Amino acid sequence: MAVPSFLARERIVAKPGFNRWLIPPAALAVHLCIGQVYATSVYKAALVADFESSLTAIGAIFSIAIVMLGLSAAVFGTWVDRNGPRAAMFTAACFWSVGFLVAALGISTNQLWLVYLGYGVLGGIGLGIGYISPVSTLIKWFPDRPGLATGMAIMGFGGGALIASPLSRQLLGTYDSGYDGTAATTASGSAVALLFVTLGLVYLVFMMFGAAIIRVPADDWAPAGFDLSAVKKKSLVTSNSVSAANSIKTPQFWLLWIVLFCNVTAGIGILEQASPMIQDFFRDGETSLVTVAAAGGFVGLLSLFNMAGRFVWSSTSDLIGRKAIYMVYLGVGLLLYVALATVGSSAVWLFVLLAAVIISFYGGGFSTAPAYLRDLFGTFQVGAIHGRLLTAWSAAGVAGPLIVNGVLDTQGTPGELVAGDYRIALFIMVGLLAIGFVANLLIKPVATKWHEPNTETALTPERSAAR
Amino acid sequence: MSSSSHDTSRTTTPTPMALLVVAWALVVLPLLYGLVQTVRTASALFTG
Repeated sequence: MAVPSFLARERIVAKPGFNRWLIPPAALAVHLCIGQVYATSVYKAALVADFESSLTAIGAIFSIAIVMLGLSAAVFGTWVDRNGPRAAMFTAACFWSVGFLVAALGISTNQLWLVYLGYGVLGGIGLGIGYISPVSTLIKWFPDRPGLATGMAIMGFGGGALIASPLSRQLLGTYDSGYDGTAATTASGSAVALLFVTLGLVYLVFMMFGAAIIRVPADDWAPAGFDLSAVKKKSLVTSNSVSAANSIKTPQFWLLWIVLFCNVTAGIGILEQASPMIQDFFRDGETSLVTVAAAGGFVGLLSLFNMAGRFVWSSTSDLIGRKAIYMVYLGVGLLLYVALATVGSSAVWLFVLLAAVIISFYGGGFSTAPAYLRDLFGTFQVGAIHGRLLTAWSAAGVAGPLIVNGVLDTQGTPGELVAGDYRIALFIMVGLLAIGFVANLLIKPVATKWHEPNTETALTPERSAAR
Repeated sequence: MSSSSHDTSRTTTPTPMALLVVAWALVVLPLLYGLVQTVRTASALFTG
């Protein structure tokens, strides 16, 4: 599928003298917008009331969006790699923005299926294309620090929710004078519709700004002082190229898929239940030592660690290697989960500390994955391969809550659960992390039979566009 | 950290510093707003 000339990859090849530090803000402009998907809890109750529906029916909007994220990243990954980041960002901006507008129409006309179609399907496609759009470009601009580069962008995805949550509360308060931003009041449906229109338009402008300033490096470009031979000396780092089609035939891809699936499922186990979990862990009879407000603070703290982990751990992987950092995420994470299950209820500070570090590993797992893929498969179609890998996220998004909610349903009723009721779910997560740890250990360099012919050039990106 | 090209025969066009500053400001300022708001929310964990 051809794209208009102003979006074409050939039009955005950087001229000599271009400063590569303009690329991270371009990537962040997209990721900060699509990260809004993690801020849906702000208006969830309002939608339940407006549609006179259930939490499950409204929660499905988010689930559809996340499933579409994985599917669209997998399906459109090759298209994104072929046409370049500007076309991808432009397309993502259109889908994401139109998704909000269609969903707003659905809220205004009281048709939930339009919200599913708008935010869930159209917005989800925007999410998937937007998520992978700057990743391969960042890796090509920062061959010396790919973990730092992708960490910056994917940190933005975590940061998007940090911005959207308070902003949405303030906007809802403006559009509905009866809403004060606390759980005691619920915004009207028309206020949520207006919020969606506002967010849709603001995100459109912001993402288009990213699309306007993004550039790809020229064939012969390399950062000053960059030594390709030094990178090649590191184990697992290839200077060859593997196509997206061939990558999924390699055990390395599926081992990494398992690693990401296990890491994300375990993290979601805590994130999904964060607020009730901390209250249940310190429940004394019918009351908890942790108030509702403090539990809300705990959720905020986890958001901060989720975002910080994306940047800090991914940057650290540039120094110690991708395989080593995943051993930390999975191995140390496993031990922390065991501690959470056994001694987590002994002190609030200990519970918070353990959960915060676990969530930082969850975030780090996301942001380090593209750099791991670059190491294993080269830069040739790393965006498309990353897109296919994100199906692990979709699967984990279904599996994580299913495991936790399924176990807790057998243990008692919400509001009466205690720390011991979480033990089985937490030990299932320990088992998953152990599987992920072994899968990571088994990752070896990709066999030469999968390498593209005559490609000692994985760091020369433009050749990929011609293929 | 600046970047460079191996091809020195072409004319170099430095990226305007103002564009860099504006681009970074556009993403950092909203992020700071979100961080401050979230830290305020998170502080309830220690005060609530």
